[in-house]
Amino acid sequence: MSKLIRGGRVLDPASGLDELHDVLIEGRMIHSVSPPGSLEAKPDSSLTIIEADGLWVVPGLIDLHTHLREPGEEYKETILTGSQAAAAGGFTAICCMPNTKPVNDNSAVTDLILRRAMEADLVRVFPVGAISQGQKGEMLAEYAELKEAGVVAVSDDGRAVVNSQLMRRALEYARIFDLPVISHAEDRDLAGDGVMHEGLVSTRLGLREIPGVAEDIMVFRDCSLAALTGGRLHIAHLSSAGAVELVRQFKARGVQVTAEATPHHFTLTDEALESFDTNLKVNPPIRSSSDLAAIHQGLADGTIDAIATDHAPHSTIEKDVEFDYAAFGMIGLETALPLTLRLVDQGLLSPLEAIAKLTRNPARIIGVDLGRLAPGLPADVTLIDPQREITVDVKQFRSKSKNSPFHGWHLKGKAVMVLRDGNVIFRDEP
Amino acid sequence: MQFRKKDLLGIKHLEPEEIDLVLETAEIFKEISTRPIKKVPTLRGRTVVHLFYEPSTRTRTSFEIAAKRLSADTFNISASTSSIVKGETLIDTAKNLEAMNPDVIVLRHSAAGAPHMLARHVKASVINAGDGMHEHPTQALLDLFTIRDKKGAISGQTIAIIGDIAHSRVARSNIWALTKMGARVLVAGPTTMIPKDLDQLGVKVFYRPEDVIPEADVIMMLRIQLERQDQMLLPSLREYSRVFGLDEKKLSSAKPEVLIMHPGPINRGVEISPAVADGPYSVILDQVNNGVAVRMALLYLLIGGEKDE
Repeated sequence: MSKLIRGGRVLDPASGLDELHDVLIEGRMIHSVSPPGSLEAKPDSSLTIIEADGLWVVPGLIDLHTHLREPGEEYKETILTGSQAAAAGGFTAICCMPNTKPVNDNSAVTDLILRRAMEADLVRVFPVGAISQGQKGEMLAEYAELKEAGVVAVSDDGRAVVNSQLMRRALEYARIFDLPVISHAEDRDLAGDGVMHEGLVSTRLGLREIPGVAEDIMVFRDCSLAALTGGRLHIAHLSSAGAVELVRQFKARGVQVTAEATPHHFTLTDEALESFDTNLKVNPPIRSSSDLAAIHQGLADGTIDAIATDHAPHSTIEKDVEFDYAAFGMIGLETALPLTLRLVDQGLLSPLEAIAKLTRNPARIIGVDLGRLAPGLPADVTLIDPQREITVDVKQFRSKSKNSPFHGWHLKGKAVMVLRDGNVIFRDEP
Repeated sequence: MQFRKKDLLGIKHLEPEEIDLVLETAEIFKEISTRPIKKVPTLRGRTVVHLFYEPSTRTRTSFEIAAKRLSADTFNISASTSSIVKGETLIDTAKNLEAMNPDVIVLRHSAAGAPHMLARHVKASVINAGDGMHEHPTQALLDLFTIRDKKGAISGQTIAIIGDIAHSRVARSNIWALTKMGARVLVAGPTTMIPKDLDQLGVKVFYRPEDVIPEADVIMMLRIQLERQDQMLLPSLREYSRVFGLDEKKLSSAKPEVLIMHPGPINRGVEISPAVADGPYSVILDQVNNGVAVRMALLYLLIGGEKDE
């Protein structure tokens, strides 16, 4: 049961390797990563050769921020369909947010998620537990139980933690279990009932606005609390220029803070909302071109560690309505890779840097030894055709929901084969 | 020149020539309303549906009179009488209406962009009769018509828009319309009700009415929503009225030929004093009168054109 991935350009951010190499997989593990030809195995019937000429061979992609909707909203997505979408997008591991129904604030829900993920037997699913019981922002959830059940982080994602004392206690208490606290940074009073970024476009459209400072204020608070407590803070879906600068400053001070940005926040600006396309209604909102430039800068200089999708499936029931009434969120698992590769094409990130933000860096943030290609590690490997031209077609998506504003976009780059634990979980059938 | 658009969703996407065409056409239709028999057969056999998700007396009546004077069949659906209250979505309502083959749907809705969504789902022409805080294009057109009627031209006039700009679709549509037609637009309102980057729409932004009144050829007062003080936008209506309300004292610094406009319904004694509303400079009722002619013109341009030959 061996596989030899031959002739590909191996990109392994952890070791800095960016060369034509072969990867030999024995069973579930990576056996070796070596210069081309050196692994010429003896003719052996159990060896499968995977030709990777012209392809990138990278560690399996890891998404820090997915909403799988199960339990509770299976009409939008299930753990199975979300896992299928993830695999098709090149991912071998995803972290699922706790805002399910019921909330993942106890081991029963975590167990259910892990059991369904095991039945799906596609990508690794790492549950994120709630910061507070019921995500109500009042009392801490039971992190010991959650950690034991398998959560890799805690977050009240979707609902900012209003109470600063609770956030402080969460950062303190999570330290015992070495869990990062993921912050959905939003001042809920300032955001109010806003539906889009505050700026010239909201002024033109007459849509209620969410100012960038609603994010900045909370990022400042949470970074300050991380400094105070020594807790490990991760800022989800960074979107405002001010917040990028704050993370940069706190990192420079040595505070344990990491951050992610989503493909939609590094690709789109609020000008796109002139269409009133409800698929563009997300939280935090798509911001201005100067915010976009700041996100790009943050990605390039390492302020932003990871690229995460914030894959948020909604059905037509939530989205085929007036903009004001539409739910926040867009899906992203099946477009994240080509949108990230645009940053490489634009010269903003090197291929290694881009891949690091989808593999090694997210693995570090959740404290798992994945996201690198090294002997003895699980063989989670993604083969990417960086030149493949695609036209995004939501009808082809594995995800149960189709709420993507990128439908019809012409992009470049596609995962053509994805292996988890040495098994092929996705193969592109042209 | 022909009006080529299927729908009238906003002023923003209109060309100045299209605006001119509407105003010229309205000029012709205005005469009909002065006849003893106020009806022409222009739109006989055509169906106009008025779909109102927000309460409205003036706008809906104006549209209905306009359609009836053109002999169209009209139907009114309002939030209180329809399946809207039963939870039907706008798209489902649209599909059901579409199945009955209306020619025009006039939509008033509290959500910005609702007419745009409707227009994508129906073959009928959609007229935006006000969508949230976004646009109210027929109001802006009738305001242009009134200014042109009274002043002879729009270009070169200085228009002061005073009040709650942020929440006003009338202000947004008028800013597009007036700047496109070559007017100079000044706005004045409380800082809490001036939306971000407003100056980038080509207007000059002030706060105190006193700063704009002396220069204005036309003063447009905006309606203040009475609940704004609960949203921390105002300390009280009393204070708003004192600082931003138009009374005779503030008006004393205005030009002698100034026009006072208001889209209605007015809050007497709040944004405008009774003496000013009923005074010699007020053209508020002319606006209402012109609204019928402008809406007749729009209905004709959208669906009546080819039957005219």
